[in-house]
Amino acid sequence: MNSMHDIGGLDGVGPLPLEENEPFFHEEWERRMFGVKVALAIEGVYNIDETRWAMERIPALRWLQSSYYEQWVDGVSRSLLEKNILTEAEIDARIEKLRSQGES
Amino acid sequence: MSHSHTKPPAPIALRVKAIETLLVEKGVLNQGVVDAIVDVFEHNLGPKNGAKVVAKAWTDPAYKEWLLKDGTAAIESLGFSGFQGEYMVVVENTPDIHNVLVCTLCSCYPWPVLGLPPNWYKTAPYRSRVVLNPRSVLEEFDLHVPDNVEVRVWDSTSDVRYMVLPERPKGTEGWSEEQLAELVTRDSMIGTGVCKAA
Repeated sequence: MNSMHDIGGLDGVGPLPLEENEPFFHEEWERRMFGVKVALAIEGVYNIDETRWAMERIPALRWLQSSYYEQWVDGVSRSLLEKNILTEAEIDARIEKLRSQGES
Repeated sequence: MSHSHTKPPAPIALRVKAIETLLVEKGVLNQGVVDAIVDVFEHNLGPKNGAKVVAKAWTDPAYKEWLLKDGTAAIESLGFSGFQGEYMVVVENTPDIHNVLVCTLCSCYPWPVLGLPPNWYKTAPYRSRVVLNPRSVLEEFDLHVPDNVEVRVWDSTSDVRYMVLPERPKGTEGWSEEQLAELVTRDSMIGTGVCKAA
Protein backbone atom coordinates (compact mmCIF):
# COMPACT_ATOMS: atom_id res chain seq x y z
CA MET A 1 0.00 0.00 0.00
CA ASN A 2 1.19 3.53 -0.55
CA SER A 3 0.43 6.52 1.63
CA MET A 4 1.60 9.99 2.52
CA HIS A 5 4.47 8.38 4.41
CA ASP A 6 5.97 7.06 1.20
CA ILE A 7 7.37 10.40 0.05
CA GLY A 8 10.71 9.35 -1.40
CA GLY A 9 11.14 11.27 -4.67
CA LEU A 10 8.32 13.76 -4.06
CA ASP A 11 8.91 17.23 -5.49
CA GLY A 12 7.88 20.57 -4.01
CA VAL A 13 8.72 19.93 -0.37
CA GLY A 14 11.05 22.89 0.04
CA PRO A 15 14.59 23.35 1.37
CA LEU A 16 16.19 21.41 4.20
CA PRO A 17 15.45 22.89 7.64
CA LEU A 18 19.05 22.97 8.80
CA GLU A 19 19.68 24.45 12.24
CA GLU A 20 23.00 25.14 13.97
CA ASN A 21 23.49 23.35 17.30
CA GLU A 22 20.05 21.84 17.01
CA PRO A 23 18.61 20.39 20.23
CA PHE A 24 17.15 16.86 20.22
CA PHE A 25 13.86 18.27 21.43
CA HIS A 26 12.49 21.75 20.86
CA GLU A 27 9.76 21.45 23.50
CA GLU A 28 9.58 19.65 26.83
CA TRP A 29 6.47 17.70 25.72
CA GLU A 30 8.49 16.28 22.81
CA ARG A 31 11.03 14.94 25.30
CA ARG A 32 8.23 13.39 27.41
CA MET A 33 6.54 11.89 24.35
CA PHE A 34 9.78 10.33 23.20
CA GLY A 35 10.38 8.75 26.61
CA VAL A 36 6.80 7.47 26.92
CA LYS A 37 6.80 5.85 23.50
CA VAL A 38 10.15 4.12 24.02
CA ALA A 39 9.17 3.05 27.56
CA LEU A 40 5.97 1.45 26.28
CA ALA A 41 7.99 -0.48 23.70
CA ILE A 42 10.46 -1.65 26.37
CA GLU A 43 7.55 -2.73 28.56
CA GLY A 44 6.23 -4.79 25.66
CA VAL A 45 2.96 -2.85 25.36
CA TYR A 46 3.49 -2.83 21.59
CA ASN A 47 6.19 -3.69 19.07
CA ILE A 48 7.72 -1.43 16.44
CA ASP A 49 5.45 -2.71 13.66
CA GLU A 50 2.35 -1.96 15.71
CA THR A 51 3.51 1.58 16.43
CA ARG A 52 4.27 2.03 12.76
CA TRP A 53 0.80 0.85 11.77
CA ALA A 54 -0.77 3.16 14.34
CA MET A 55 1.07 6.12 12.81
CA GLU A 56 0.29 5.12 9.24
CA ARG A 57 -3.41 5.47 10.00
CA ILE A 58 -3.09 9.17 10.75
CA PRO A 59 -5.27 10.80 8.06
CA ALA A 60 -3.03 11.91 5.18
CA LEU A 61 -3.91 15.60 5.29
CA ARG A 62 -3.35 15.81 9.04
CA TRP A 63 -0.08 13.91 8.68
CA LEU A 64 1.22 16.47 6.22
CA GLN A 65 0.59 19.31 8.64
CA SER A 66 1.82 17.60 11.79
CA SER A 67 5.28 17.87 13.26
CA TYR A 68 7.28 14.72 13.89
CA TYR A 69 6.40 14.42 17.56
CA GLU A 70 2.78 15.44 16.96
CA GLN A 71 2.63 12.32 14.82
CA TRP A 72 4.01 10.33 17.74
CA VAL A 73 1.27 11.68 20.05
CA ASP A 74 -1.33 10.74 17.46
CA GLY A 75 0.09 7.24 16.95
CA VAL A 76 0.68 6.43 20.63
CA SER A 77 -2.81 7.69 21.54
CA ARG A 78 -4.33 5.44 18.90
CA SER A 79 -2.40 2.41 20.18
CA LEU A 80 -3.36 3.01 23.81
CA LEU A 81 -7.04 3.51 22.95
CA GLU A 82 -7.19 0.43 20.71
CA LYS A 83 -5.53 -1.71 23.35
CA ASN A 84 -8.04 -0.44 25.94
CA ILE A 85 -5.21 0.79 28.14
CA LEU A 86 -6.67 4.31 28.17
CA THR A 87 -9.98 5.79 27.06
CA GLU A 88 -10.53 9.15 25.42
CA ALA A 89 -12.80 10.08 28.34
CA GLU A 90 -10.01 9.37 30.83
CA ILE A 91 -7.59 11.49 28.85
CA ASP A 92 -10.10 14.34 28.60
CA ALA A 93 -10.82 14.17 32.32
CA ARG A 94 -7.13 14.21 33.16
CA ILE A 95 -6.56 17.21 30.89
CA GLU A 96 -9.35 19.06 32.72
CA LYS A 97 -7.81 18.15 36.07
CA LEU A 98 -4.38 19.34 34.98
CA ARG A 99 -5.93 22.57 33.74
CA SER A 100 -7.68 23.11 37.05
CA GLN A 101 -4.29 22.72 38.72
CA GLY A 102 -2.99 25.58 36.61
CA GLU A 103 -1.18 23.58 33.92
CA SER A 104 -1.31 24.85 30.40
CA MET B 1 -22.58 17.18 18.79
CA SER B 2 -19.88 15.83 21.06
CA HIS B 3 -18.13 18.26 23.35
CA SER B 4 -14.92 17.83 21.38
CA HIS B 5 -16.53 19.87 18.62
CA THR B 6 -17.46 22.76 20.84
CA LYS B 7 -14.23 23.14 22.81
CA PRO B 8 -10.85 24.06 21.45
CA PRO B 9 -8.44 21.12 21.44
CA ALA B 10 -6.18 20.82 24.47
CA PRO B 11 -2.63 22.02 24.00
CA ILE B 12 -0.53 19.05 23.01
CA ALA B 13 1.71 19.43 26.07
CA LEU B 14 -1.33 18.85 28.30
CA ARG B 15 -2.38 15.81 26.31
CA VAL B 16 1.08 14.26 26.64
CA LYS B 17 1.16 14.99 30.37
CA ALA B 18 -2.30 13.46 30.78
CA ILE B 19 -1.21 10.30 28.96
CA GLU B 20 2.03 9.95 30.92
CA THR B 21 0.46 10.50 34.35
CA LEU B 22 -2.39 8.08 33.60
CA LEU B 23 0.05 5.38 32.44
CA VAL B 24 2.07 5.74 35.65
CA GLU B 25 -1.06 5.66 37.84
CA LYS B 26 -2.30 2.53 36.14
CA GLY B 27 1.05 0.85 36.61
CA VAL B 28 1.64 0.52 32.87
CA LEU B 29 4.82 2.56 33.30
CA ASN B 30 6.97 2.85 36.40
CA GLN B 31 7.56 6.23 37.96
CA GLY B 32 10.85 7.62 36.70
CA VAL B 33 11.28 5.30 33.74
CA VAL B 34 10.58 8.03 31.22
CA ASP B 35 13.21 10.29 32.79
CA ALA B 36 15.71 7.43 32.82
CA ILE B 37 15.16 6.63 29.15
CA VAL B 38 15.41 10.23 28.02
CA ASP B 39 18.58 10.65 30.07
CA VAL B 40 20.24 7.70 28.33
CA PHE B 41 19.38 9.04 24.90
CA GLU B 42 20.44 12.58 25.67
CA HIS B 43 23.68 11.70 27.43
CA ASN B 44 24.92 8.13 26.85
CA LEU B 45 24.07 7.34 23.24
CA GLY B 46 25.34 9.35 20.34
CA PRO B 47 27.82 9.59 17.50
CA LYS B 48 30.76 9.13 19.87
CA ASN B 49 29.88 5.42 19.83
CA GLY B 50 29.90 5.26 16.05
CA ALA B 51 33.18 7.19 15.98
CA LYS B 52 34.81 4.43 18.04
CA VAL B 53 33.60 1.84 15.53
CA VAL B 54 34.99 3.89 12.63
CA ALA B 55 38.34 4.53 14.29
CA LYS B 56 38.77 0.84 15.06
CA ALA B 57 37.95 -0.07 11.45
CA TRP B 58 40.59 2.41 10.23
CA THR B 59 43.32 0.93 12.40
CA ASP B 60 42.44 -2.78 12.42
CA PRO B 61 42.03 -4.37 8.95
CA ALA B 62 40.58 -7.60 10.34
CA TYR B 63 37.97 -5.62 12.30
CA LYS B 64 37.11 -3.60 9.20
CA GLU B 65 36.58 -6.75 7.17
CA TRP B 66 34.31 -8.14 9.88
CA LEU B 67 32.44 -4.83 10.18
CA LEU B 68 31.65 -4.74 6.47
CA LYS B 69 30.67 -8.41 6.46
CA ASP B 70 28.63 -8.58 9.68
CA GLY B 71 28.04 -5.07 10.97
CA THR B 72 25.71 -6.17 13.77
CA ALA B 73 28.21 -8.54 15.39
CA ALA B 74 31.26 -6.33 14.87
CA ILE B 75 29.48 -3.32 16.40
CA GLU B 76 28.08 -5.38 19.27
CA SER B 77 31.63 -6.54 20.08
CA LEU B 78 32.38 -2.95 21.09
CA GLY B 79 29.34 -2.89 23.36
CA PHE B 80 26.88 -1.10 21.11
CA SER B 81 23.60 -2.94 20.50
CA GLY B 82 19.89 -2.82 21.19
CA PHE B 83 16.88 -0.96 19.87
CA GLN B 84 17.30 0.24 16.30
CA GLY B 85 20.58 -1.61 15.94
CA GLU B 86 19.36 -5.18 15.68
CA TYR B 87 20.49 -5.58 12.08
CA MET B 88 23.31 -3.26 11.06
CA VAL B 89 24.81 -2.89 7.60
CA VAL B 90 27.94 -0.74 7.26
CA VAL B 91 28.71 0.78 3.86
CA GLU B 92 32.20 2.02 3.05
CA ASN B 93 33.07 5.31 1.40
CA THR B 94 35.98 5.08 -1.04
CA PRO B 95 37.56 7.51 -3.51
CA ASP B 96 35.00 6.24 -6.05
CA ILE B 97 31.86 5.78 -3.95
CA HIS B 98 30.04 8.11 -1.56
CA ASN B 99 27.24 6.60 0.54
CA VAL B 100 24.37 8.49 2.17
CA LEU B 101 21.57 7.24 4.44
CA VAL B 102 17.88 8.02 4.62
CA CYS B 103 14.61 6.60 5.88
CA THR B 104 12.15 7.74 3.23
CA LEU B 105 9.17 6.41 5.19
CA CYS B 106 9.97 8.07 8.49
CA SER B 107 13.02 8.22 10.73
CA CYS B 108 14.74 4.83 11.10
CA TYR B 109 18.28 5.47 12.32
CA PRO B 110 21.00 3.38 14.03
CA TRP B 111 20.44 4.50 17.64
CA PRO B 112 23.19 2.41 19.32
CA VAL B 113 25.95 3.99 17.23
CA LEU B 114 24.56 7.42 16.33
CA GLY B 115 21.98 8.19 19.01
CA LEU B 116 18.87 10.12 18.05
CA PRO B 117 18.64 11.46 14.51
CA PRO B 118 18.93 15.17 13.79
CA ASN B 119 15.57 16.79 13.07
CA TRP B 120 16.31 17.43 9.40
CA TYR B 121 16.79 13.68 8.90
CA LYS B 122 13.14 13.16 9.86
CA THR B 123 11.65 15.88 7.66
CA ALA B 124 9.89 15.60 4.31
CA PRO B 125 12.46 17.70 2.39
CA TYR B 126 15.37 15.40 3.27
CA ARG B 127 13.44 12.14 2.93
CA SER B 128 11.89 12.99 -0.42
CA ARG B 129 14.77 14.81 -2.10
CA VAL B 130 17.82 12.80 -1.11
CA VAL B 131 16.61 9.86 -3.21
CA LEU B 132 15.55 12.11 -6.10
CA ASN B 133 18.63 14.28 -6.36
CA PRO B 134 21.18 13.40 -3.68
CA ARG B 135 23.94 15.60 -5.07
CA SER B 136 21.86 18.77 -4.73
CA VAL B 137 20.84 17.79 -1.19
CA LEU B 138 24.49 17.20 -0.28
CA GLU B 139 25.33 20.63 -1.72
CA GLU B 140 22.96 22.10 0.89
CA PHE B 141 25.22 20.51 3.50
CA ASP B 142 28.21 22.13 1.74
CA LEU B 143 29.33 18.71 0.60
CA HIS B 144 30.44 18.72 -3.02
CA VAL B 145 30.73 15.21 -4.42
CA PRO B 146 32.67 15.24 -7.70
CA ASP B 147 30.84 13.96 -10.78
CA ASN B 148 33.24 11.04 -11.12
CA VAL B 149 32.29 9.74 -7.65
CA GLU B 150 29.24 7.48 -7.55
CA VAL B 151 26.62 8.42 -4.96
CA ARG B 152 24.74 5.53 -3.35
CA VAL B 153 21.64 6.27 -1.28
CA TRP B 154 20.62 3.63 1.28
CA ASP B 155 16.98 3.64 2.37
CA SER B 156 16.28 1.97 5.72
CA THR B 157 13.75 -0.83 5.88
CA SER B 158 11.74 -1.76 8.95
CA ASP B 159 14.64 -3.98 10.03
CA VAL B 160 17.94 -2.81 8.51
CA ARG B 161 19.85 0.16 9.90
CA TYR B 162 22.80 1.47 7.93
CA MET B 163 25.94 3.33 8.95
CA VAL B 164 28.54 4.90 6.67
CA LEU B 165 32.22 4.07 7.20
CA PRO B 166 33.72 7.38 6.09
CA GLU B 167 37.14 7.79 4.47
CA ARG B 168 40.07 8.22 6.83
CA PRO B 169 41.42 11.77 6.67
CA LYS B 170 44.81 12.20 5.03
CA GLY B 171 47.85 12.81 7.23
CA THR B 172 46.66 10.62 10.12
CA GLU B 173 49.18 7.80 9.74
CA GLY B 174 50.20 6.45 13.11
CA TRP B 175 47.35 8.15 15.00
CA SER B 176 45.71 6.27 17.88
CA GLU B 177 42.08 5.15 17.77
CA GLU B 178 41.24 7.81 20.33
CA GLN B 179 42.81 10.56 18.22
CA LEU B 180 41.11 9.30 15.07
CA ALA B 181 37.70 9.07 16.73
CA GLU B 182 37.85 12.81 17.42
CA LEU B 183 37.79 13.45 13.67
CA VAL B 184 34.64 11.39 13.02
CA THR B 185 31.51 13.53 12.84
CA ARG B 186 27.88 12.45 13.05
CA ASP B 187 27.21 13.64 9.51
CA SER B 188 30.20 11.70 8.16
CA MET B 189 28.49 8.52 9.35
CA ILE B 190 25.18 9.56 7.75
CA GLY B 191 26.96 10.56 4.55
CA THR B 192 25.87 14.20 4.57
CA GLY B 193 29.37 15.25 5.61
CA VAL B 194 32.95 14.07 5.77
CA CYS B 195 35.35 13.73 8.68
CA LYS B 196 37.24 16.68 10.09
CA ALA B 197 40.63 17.28 8.53
CA ALA B 198 43.68 16.20 10.50
